[in-house]
Amino acid sequence: MKKWFKSGDPWIWMIGGAVSISLIMVIGLLLLIAVRGLGHFWQPPIVETTFTQNGEVQEILGVVRTVETVTAQAVREAGFAVPEEQELVTRYLFHLGNRDLTGRDFQWFIGDFLDDFRHPEDAIVLERQEWGNFYGYLIAIKQEGEVVAEGEAAFEELRKRLARSTELVNATVRMERFEIGSINRGIELERLAQRRLELDTSVSDEERAQQIARSEAEVARLNEEYQELLAELHELRASSRRDSLLARTSDGREVTINLGDVVRATRANTMTVPQKMREYGARFWDFMSGYPREANTEGGIFPAIFGTVMMVFIMSIVVTPFGVLAAIYLREYAKQGPVTRVVRISVNNLAGVPSIVFGVFGLGFFVYFLGGNIDQLFFPEALPAPTFGSPGLIWASLTLALLTLPVVIVSTEEGLTRIPKAMREGSLALGATKAETLWKIIVPVSTPAMMTGLILAVARAAGEVAPLMLVGVVKLAPNLPVDGQFPFVHLERRIMHLGFHIYDVGFQSPNAEAARPLVYATALVLVLLILVLNLTAIAVRNRLRERYKSAGD
Amino acid sequence: MMEQNESKAPMPSHGLPQNGKRRTLNLRNEEVSMEVRGLNLYYGSDQALKDISMVIPKKRVTAFIGPSGCGKSTLLRCFNRMNDLIDICRIEGEIKIDQQDIYHPSVDVPELRRKVGMVFQKPNPFPKSIYENIAYGLRLQGVKNRRKLDEVVENSLRRAALWDEVKDRLNDNAFGLSGGQQQRLVIARAIAIEPEVILLDEPCSALDPISTAKVEELIIDLKESYTIVIVTHNMQQAARVSDFTAYMYLGELIEYDDTAKLFTNPAKKATEDYITGRYG
Repeated sequence: MKKWFKSGDPWIWMIGGAVSISLIMVIGLLLLIAVRGLGHFWQPPIVETTFTQNGEVQEILGVVRTVETVTAQAVREAGFAVPEEQELVTRYLFHLGNRDLTGRDFQWFIGDFLDDFRHPEDAIVLERQEWGNFYGYLIAIKQEGEVVAEGEAAFEELRKRLARSTELVNATVRMERFEIGSINRGIELERLAQRRLELDTSVSDEERAQQIARSEAEVARLNEEYQELLAELHELRASSRRDSLLARTSDGREVTINLGDVVRATRANTMTVPQKMREYGARFWDFMSGYPREANTEGGIFPAIFGTVMMVFIMSIVVTPFGVLAAIYLREYAKQGPVTRVVRISVNNLAGVPSIVFGVFGLGFFVYFLGGNIDQLFFPEALPAPTFGSPGLIWASLTLALLTLPVVIVSTEEGLTRIPKAMREGSLALGATKAETLWKIIVPVSTPAMMTGLILAVARAAGEVAPLMLVGVVKLAPNLPVDGQFPFVHLERRIMHLGFHIYDVGFQSPNAEAARPLVYATALVLVLLILVLNLTAIAVRNRLRERYKSAGD
Repeated sequence: MMEQNESKAPMPSHGLPQNGKRRTLNLRNEEVSMEVRGLNLYYGSDQALKDISMVIPKKRVTAFIGPSGCGKSTLLRCFNRMNDLIDICRIEGEIKIDQQDIYHPSVDVPELRRKVGMVFQKPNPFPKSIYENIAYGLRLQGVKNRRKLDEVVENSLRRAALWDEVKDRLNDNAFGLSGGQQQRLVIARAIAIEPEVILLDEPCSALDPISTAKVEELIIDLKESYTIVIVTHNMQQAARVSDFTAYMYLGELIEYDDTAKLFTNPAKKATEDYITGRYG
């Protein structure tokens, strides 16, 4: 035994054990969010059953979300008549939908009081623009109130008409977002131009009046255009609402639902596995590419993905040159002494400052001071409404750049120190000046180290949430920071962010049960996004390493 | 200009190779390439070189020998002001190249280093292609003409006896070459910018015997066109390649003379002790 200890084997076992535990934990985490997140898009069968207790009867139609085993005691205390000899009961969380009718989306039921589970073929689930899912039985399809299809033919007709109405709804959304949006922006620009004229003292009154009149004419023209578009929009909207469906809920009520409100309709219990897979793909795509609905608890996360990527990109563009230049100065030019040592210690400590502190600094310095002054200088016509003086993409990116600056500086410096002295001397001995040596030999050779810094910075920045809440990330920002309107990239706009989206959906959502799978799904997307960003950077770094391979590596 | 010196009987050679046909040379008759006068060098408060005065003859090979830490590399690095890189290094005295003091404030150091090339102990190619390694010095001087660069690269590699080995892979990374090839590449890189003087700081200490032989051959070839100063630990090497040898000890120049004479008939006891292995 003593010999075994001396051989060093216990250490190897310990180290190996520690590594395996870490690996298992990481893989477990990823698996958990992957399973929970990805499972959300799979359509489970619709269950029909009856709940009977104390003579009270409730017809149930919905989807089982969770099955739990609890002690009978707790259930008895809640007032359910569970037999005395029973110790455990199973309870089911049903997603019943129909929030507009019953007021509750989810409900727990004790298994003992439930009938057999049936899977009726004519049950449908409708994903709606508002009020969440609808579960019920399709009765008929109507066009302008007249029944056009009934019974078995109804679902086929529904599918056809739903495709049409979805197309029209998308057209209205596009029109609102782009055409009407650009007119509104045009009117806003004219208003700002007028205001600018009013503020400009160098213009004579006469000229001002003339220009304002011209501007007014332009506004009038835009308004006219707007009215036309509005009429067109109303027509489109009316057309999209031409068809409706008649359905019966589990408690026997008959409901009319306009097809314009329906996003997708499925008869879950008749679907084959390939059909379900297709449906899964479509839902996943909607999630990735769509805009959020219903206080972020439904719909997609595209603006959040876009905002995160944009922010990380701008952050990288800002932090790399600053960090690299600072490191080069510190390592190559600054006289090594107590001052540089203090600077270095400060930089390292900066990496340990809680990120929310950076958020507060960003808000105070970037948003209020810098942004406020930019507004005073360049956008006085828009005041008191802020342009850059309020949280936005650029400030969020700059705050993150500040946050990740130490990482880039430290790894670049590390890279610079690692370059063999012989290489510098070789260059100097050929008549290169210090600057030439730096830019032609040292900087290229240390690019892999800079990339390492950038990789770490990206990983840190993409996952940061706390400071962003202060400097530019919001719950809902349907206007992307990039669009077709001049100047195409709107750095002052607020953005959505995956990390904040997780927080918002998970903790601020009015419908926690419905939102939970989305939390996992969004987390998964965030992890994958960071992974993709990192893998890209690592691929670039490996290519650079290959290119500047030297004897030391 | 060469004086024969056969009057003295040769001293026992202690196993050192002898080049019997070689004529003994006299420093006074040589054309001067560099002149050192009263050179003192300090690292902080330590004096590394003590009152060195010597002339380096043109188009000859001059070897510096001596035990480790005797200051021979330091002296070598004075000739192209490589010691400038060391903050605590301080120099007194003067070194003249073509009658011009290289430590004069008006001297353009990169310009000086273009005139006085250097090859280091360990091969130090840049992490670039073989071609770019050679072209580096010229590109620094602003040469962009591709044909001119091609020509210089080929010539330099040929003179460094490396062309045949690398001509098919000029665009490969220089670190793919063997140590001996790398060292010849570095020499080719140094001669590509046509210096007047080439300083070699123990160029063979990291090489195997075959590569060493190739580099030595190369050094003898190169003295046709360049003044060469070589620092070496290997006395056989000094005897094989050099025309003049300087023996240094503890920062002082003990003896400096024709190589054959220094090895066969040293004037000082300390030199004799060192070359016969009695030192230390």
